[in-house]
Amino acid sequence: MNTTARRESYDVVVIGAGPAGLAAATTAAEAGLSTLLLDENAGPGGQVWRAIASTPVTERDHLGADYWAGAKLVEAVRSSGAEIIHRATVWSLDRNLEIGVSLGGASFFVKARRVILATGALERPFPIPGWTLPGVMTAGAAQTMLKSSGLVPDGSTVIAGQGPLLWLLAAQILRLGGRIDRILDTTERRNYFAALPHAFAFMTSPYFAKGFALMRQVRAKVPVVSGVTELAAAGDGELATVTYLSGGRRETVPAELLLLHQGVVPNVNLAMATGIEHRWDDLQLCWSPVLDRDGNTSVEGIAIAGDGAGIGGAEAAIVRGRIAARAAVEALAPTAAARLAPMATFRGALVKAERGRIFLDTLFRPAPQFRIPSGDTIVCRCEEVSAKDILDAVAIGATGPNQLKAYRRTGMGPCQGRLCGLTVTELMAQARGKTPQEIGYYRLRAPVKPITLAELAAVPKTDADVNAVVRG
Amino acid sequence: MTKLADAIIIGGGIHGCSTALHLCLAGMKPVLIEKDYAGRHASGVNAGGVRQLARHVAEIPLSIRSMGIWERIEALVDDSCGFESHGQVLVAENAAEFDACRARVAELNALGFTHEELIDGPELRRLVPAVAETCPGGVVSRRDGAAEPARTTTAIRRKAEALGATVVEGVAATNIRKQDGLWQVDVGADSYAAPVLVNAAGAWAGRIAADLGEPVPVETVAPMLMITSRVPHFIDPVVILRGRKLSFKQFANGTVLIGGGHLATPDQDRNETVLDWRSLAISARTVFELFPVMRSATIVRAWAGIEARTKDELPVFGPSARHAGLYHQFGFSLHGFQLGPGAGAVMTELIASGGTQTRIGDLGIERFHSSTP
Amino acid sequence: MFKRSDQDSRRSVHIVVDGAAVAAREGDTVSAALLASGRDVRRATAVSGAPRLPYCMMGVCFDCLVTIDGVGNRQGCLVPVAEGMQIEIQKGKREIGR
Repeated sequence: MNTTARRESYDVVVIGAGPAGLAAATTAAEAGLSTLLLDENAGPGGQVWRAIASTPVTERDHLGADYWAGAKLVEAVRSSGAEIIHRATVWSLDRNLEIGVSLGGASFFVKARRVILATGALERPFPIPGWTLPGVMTAGAAQTMLKSSGLVPDGSTVIAGQGPLLWLLAAQILRLGGRIDRILDTTERRNYFAALPHAFAFMTSPYFAKGFALMRQVRAKVPVVSGVTELAAAGDGELATVTYLSGGRRETVPAELLLLHQGVVPNVNLAMATGIEHRWDDLQLCWSPVLDRDGNTSVEGIAIAGDGAGIGGAEAAIVRGRIAARAAVEALAPTAAARLAPMATFRGALVKAERGRIFLDTLFRPAPQFRIPSGDTIVCRCEEVSAKDILDAVAIGATGPNQLKAYRRTGMGPCQGRLCGLTVTELMAQARGKTPQEIGYYRLRAPVKPITLAELAAVPKTDADVNAVVRG
Repeated sequence: MTKLADAIIIGGGIHGCSTALHLCLAGMKPVLIEKDYAGRHASGVNAGGVRQLARHVAEIPLSIRSMGIWERIEALVDDSCGFESHGQVLVAENAAEFDACRARVAELNALGFTHEELIDGPELRRLVPAVAETCPGGVVSRRDGAAEPARTTTAIRRKAEALGATVVEGVAATNIRKQDGLWQVDVGADSYAAPVLVNAAGAWAGRIAADLGEPVPVETVAPMLMITSRVPHFIDPVVILRGRKLSFKQFANGTVLIGGGHLATPDQDRNETVLDWRSLAISARTVFELFPVMRSATIVRAWAGIEARTKDELPVFGPSARHAGLYHQFGFSLHGFQLGPGAGAVMTELIASGGTQTRIGDLGIERFHSSTP
Repeated sequence: MFKRSDQDSRRSVHIVVDGAAVAAREGDTVSAALLASGRDVRRATAVSGAPRLPYCMMGVCFDCLVTIDGVGNRQGCLVPVAEGMQIEIQKGKREIGR
């Protein structure tokens, strides 16, 4: 395993080796730019194609054709000339395009002329009573274990929530012989009407046929309860039961594992810590970076592609990766850009890939009670702060997420707000009668992932130190 | 519309908020104008040191005055502010530094100050058990301690408001002028007028002073801090070093704060800073040379607050040398947090009665204008 | 809670969890290996001591924090297992200086 990058600076550094990052790095490197692809996982693929180069699941149908589609991009990046470093955690990026990277317990810095952030998405927080109990996980977590280790649930298992990933996961678990006792669908009934005007576009999108086939497969084998409007996990030291309300009927079922999912949201931590401007997206109910059509951010030299730029799915991520990389090539090596496919081709492909997105966003818009908890329900998992704690702080003067830190340590634990930030913003907005945009978000700071003091102590000395030695 | 007040305070840091609070206690109705929100910058994000230790002689009287208020801060603002008094210890890392400590304590004693006390190696290790064996001793100020900065500034501001201060946040004060015998400022669509104007605008105060014809040699700096994840309790007092830039303390929740004055690059107009990781690495090295147990602690966040540092690293504190009714309270040069409560009290005495018993003579703005009569 | 697929033909890797030998598979992350082990691998939080297991398995939630080969607070879901790796389940605040 390499312990540092081969060079101190690159034309393009791409952060994240999911669909967008793989496409961006390939495009940049093939155009002749010195390109570094940094990725936190042990292998390429991001979350959607997690462990594509190493999965123990050999029956290809079990993971599905969309999963294996990633193999082509992995092959392409590996022959593109891009330098690829896995298990590299980027913990800092600043306006000078200097990147702090932790690799194998040591840190180094690289400089870039252009940075393409392809840090993807994370699952939206699902703050229900008991969601911190051992045995409650995200659906994505179960899918990661399935893809990378061939692990499937074998005890009493409930899946709750909504969205395409939930059905895909359920189908995959069943194909691999795993156990699902019940699926609790939290999709709001009124969303079906709201989404109806966008249904035509969706029906012509690639997701339509696949999505319905999956749902049919799963429904044939697992009882599905729809219209779930309340959800709670309970147990003493570990999950024991799941209680839900559907159509006025409350039921409690035993469960050893509860898998939650209500869509994904951009993973904004690195971008925000860099000072990139974001705005509240009222449809997707999350913060999205403010971008131009090439993916360029408010910070000169940094672009964002993929779901980190706003949720669009893998197909769109690939295209947005190519667009951002092509823009970088245009800026750094115009003659090489002339040999690439024209931008118009990519933009056409993006329109196609994004078709049906509004339908999905509208249909699977999570219900308020699953986004904005109350009472003793934990909001901040790291510091164990409840919804009531936050409302109490608002009552005595906390006006926004940053002021809240003076009252409660929300967002100050190691996850740096990834699992509570959206909840805190919406909760405070509701309590104060403001919009999420007005309430704002945590000011995030590097390191966006913790590093040890020893690791920091070992980073190269300052220029001043070096000069002092030279002079001395 | 122009609203009348007894005083206009520009800047919602701990200094502006403290002056607002003390003016209210003196029966006045101030308005405080803060362009962001109270405690947004240095006052909310500093190391929280409540330190009389190792101060310049010129500001010791103000610091002692402030310490008395810190010790009853909860009664004053209805919030403990997280204030804990476990002392502050200055560590000498070698014999030469220890000699300098001895001389310093002797100098203070000769001036009548007794808060600093020379300690030998055994006492140092009793107070700070984890410190490296090689350190020969140091100085302790036993009444010192630390507080939570954002919580403190917020609490002072809240109490000031409860006592009648008007706090306007999110809009900058502009067009500062004296008109019809009153200080007037525009705040968005509103204007405020008052006989008294207090310039407590931190990193932005130098511009205000300069605009009013009293330029001061002051620069904007952004001292960096970093904090670790929670570790088991191992140290009570705040520790600073004699010879190197380091301040070090553990909060009650187990997190450890590491600071000491290495600087980030401030971007004042963006409200932003760019951290200098290579300098933070020096802090990291210093920490584990001194506290080897810290090696495996993880750093969860680093940041820097924007503030003003004067050429002589002393605050600009007291009445204007040029305009009646104008008072300056800025330039605290990385060590203003502890002074906040006392400075508000003394400023109020200056405003309300034209004088104070606390010796602040060497802190006035006139020291930068020696040619002015 | 989880079982291994019978398609899984990866090589075994042996790790040590709180002194006990645990068989994992090459390519497992530490967290996946712990969850697959059937052992009680709940950590206790540094704040209240509440029990937790990994939540996200993708590096964002920090509920998988674990001590690996003596280094505390590692994200178990991001670290692949290696032969002989020593794992300690963290109970409360991670000791420093060990």
